[in-house]
Amino acid sequence: MSEAKCCCCESDGSFNLAEMENDTVLCRCEEVTLGTARKWIAEGYDTFDEIKRMLRVGMGPCQGRGCRDILLREISQITGRPVSELSPGTIRPPVKPIKVSLVARDYTGGDKK
Amino acid sequence: MSWKKTADAVVIGGGMMGIATAYYLKKLGVKDVALLEKNTVASGSTGRCAASFRAQWGGELNITLGKACIDRFEHLEEHLGVDLDIERYQNGYLLVAYTDKQFEQFKKNVALQNSMGVESQILSHAEAMEICPGMCVDDAAGFSYYKRDGHADPMISTFAYQEASKKIGVRIEKFTEVTGFKVGDGCVRGVVTNKGAIATDTVVNAAGPWAGRVGALAGLNIPAKGERHEILATEPVDWGVCPTMLMSFEPDYYMFQRPHGSILAGCGPNMYRKEAAPFDDYEMEDSWNFLEHMTGHLNKLLPRTRGIRVVRQWAGMYDITPDLQPVIGEADEMKGFWVNVSGARGFMFGPVAGEMVAEKIVKGSTSLPIDEFHWRRYAEGRFLVEPSIA
Ligand SMILES: Cc1cc2nc3c(=O)[nH]c(=O)nc-3n(C[C@H](O)[C@H](O)[C@H](O)COP(=O)(O)OP(=O)(O)OC[C@H]3O[C@@H](n4cnc5c(N)ncnc54)[C@H](O)[C@@H]3O)c2cc1C
Ligand code: FES
Repeated sequence: MSEAKCCCCESDGSFNLAEMENDTVLCRCEEVTLGTARKWIAEGYDTFDEIKRMLRVGMGPCQGRGCRDILLREISQITGRPVSELSPGTIRPPVKPIKVSLVARDYTGGDKK
Repeated sequence: MSWKKTADAVVIGGGMMGIATAYYLKKLGVKDVALLEKNTVASGSTGRCAASFRAQWGGELNITLGKACIDRFEHLEEHLGVDLDIERYQNGYLLVAYTDKQFEQFKKNVALQNSMGVESQILSHAEAMEICPGMCVDDAAGFSYYKRDGHADPMISTFAYQEASKKIGVRIEKFTEVTGFKVGDGCVRGVVTNKGAIATDTVVNAAGPWAGRVGALAGLNIPAKGERHEILATEPVDWGVCPTMLMSFEPDYYMFQRPHGSILAGCGPNMYRKEAAPFDDYEMEDSWNFLEHMTGHLNKLLPRTRGIRVVRQWAGMYDITPDLQPVIGEADEMKGFWVNVSGARGFMFGPVAGEMVAEKIVKGSTSLPIDEFHWRRYAEGRFLVEPSIA
């Protein structure tokens, strides 16, 4: 952090920034904040899949498209391992949500709708 | 972290069966307990399962244990002293019989369950419709129901044991794969892993679907292997689309709605795969055939699901044994080598089976009966019979 102080309140901004970030929503689909994820990463749940299993991060309708990279960056920062070495977790089909009736095999013999 | 080369007991496998065993071993006074998991805790079958629990079994032993499991799940967080919510939800299993023969069996099961303090019921079509309005089961012969059956979150329940175990000092080593054993004079002497060896005289093989493979590393024939089972989840929808666990053994299906809103649905491989059983299948691949078949069942049974979207599907493994019943005990051929395999119900049985195996190891006796589950029964030609499985 630089030495620069805020012009009106003398704060150097660093502490508040981290606090503010903790309230930031990391996974919008499952409404999980960065702070919650950071707490569990620090508790040893320091892989994508462990955080996913604990907090459902990445299990929402977008299947992690909105949160995967942010979570991997957090894990990298806390564990000191580069993102390239982290397992990105499993991406599960169907990659885009599809309607039940579109795939259903109607085993009573009727039309497929 | 430095590698500790000794332990008083080593548990292999970080699913519900293993983590619960490790927790109760430590709780019952074993000083240095290590749990070894080749991946991460809850990454195997446990984290992929439907996480349902029931007392509606047909055999006395299973009813006794099933009931104990419900008692435990109802108070799991307090029991473990952890600040987590396992998202337990109890609105019964509604079991559907499609033939008179099945329905006769349900009636026998309910009579036995009632005699053992499980207040299950036989329901009429109208009564069943009240529990699950909107379902389409005109072809059913009858129903049974027990309101305390239910489900929970599989990962958080397992992590609840992990957190409780960490608190009391169980050593949990993830990314640690057992690759061999040290044995001598008919006793186990230690385990060998990708991280190093640990000397110990007590090992619990709780590797679930992999328990046969782990046993083979010690030269033992443990009759447990994997069989791929698939499941799907829909997007969260309004509450009430499937408010109970709707399940049938023949045809084989189950479906239920989690408190979070998603509907989960699954069935056994014989419903959509062409290969002949038995499967010996360690691929975690999911299939289009399953998706097509299962959505068909969903549409038919719960017509309101037609417009709902499937967001995920995945596969896990049943830990299967020759009679689909648990395989539990100390190997006759090797002192100190214990096995704790559930027979494809490890989520619900884990918390109780783990405690019983720990009791047996520490005290030599158990408060609930598990001795029948020793796999020497197969050599003696005895198979356990359980009518309430698919
Ligand atoms: C789709 C599906 C639905 C299911 N629904 C239910 C249900 O509703 N209720 C229920 O009770 N059960 C259900 N089951 C069954 C249940 O998932 C299993 O019975 C249970 O998870 C077995 O638990 P476990 O701890 O024995 O095995 P696992 O959870 O598989 O744990 C075994 C662990 O051992 C580890 N391991 C393997 N080899 C080694 C090695 N050499 N060294 C170190 N570690 C090793 C694995 O990585 C794994 O994590 C379901 C299963 C599936 C697939
Ligand atoms: S933002 Fe996390 S799953 Fe969609």
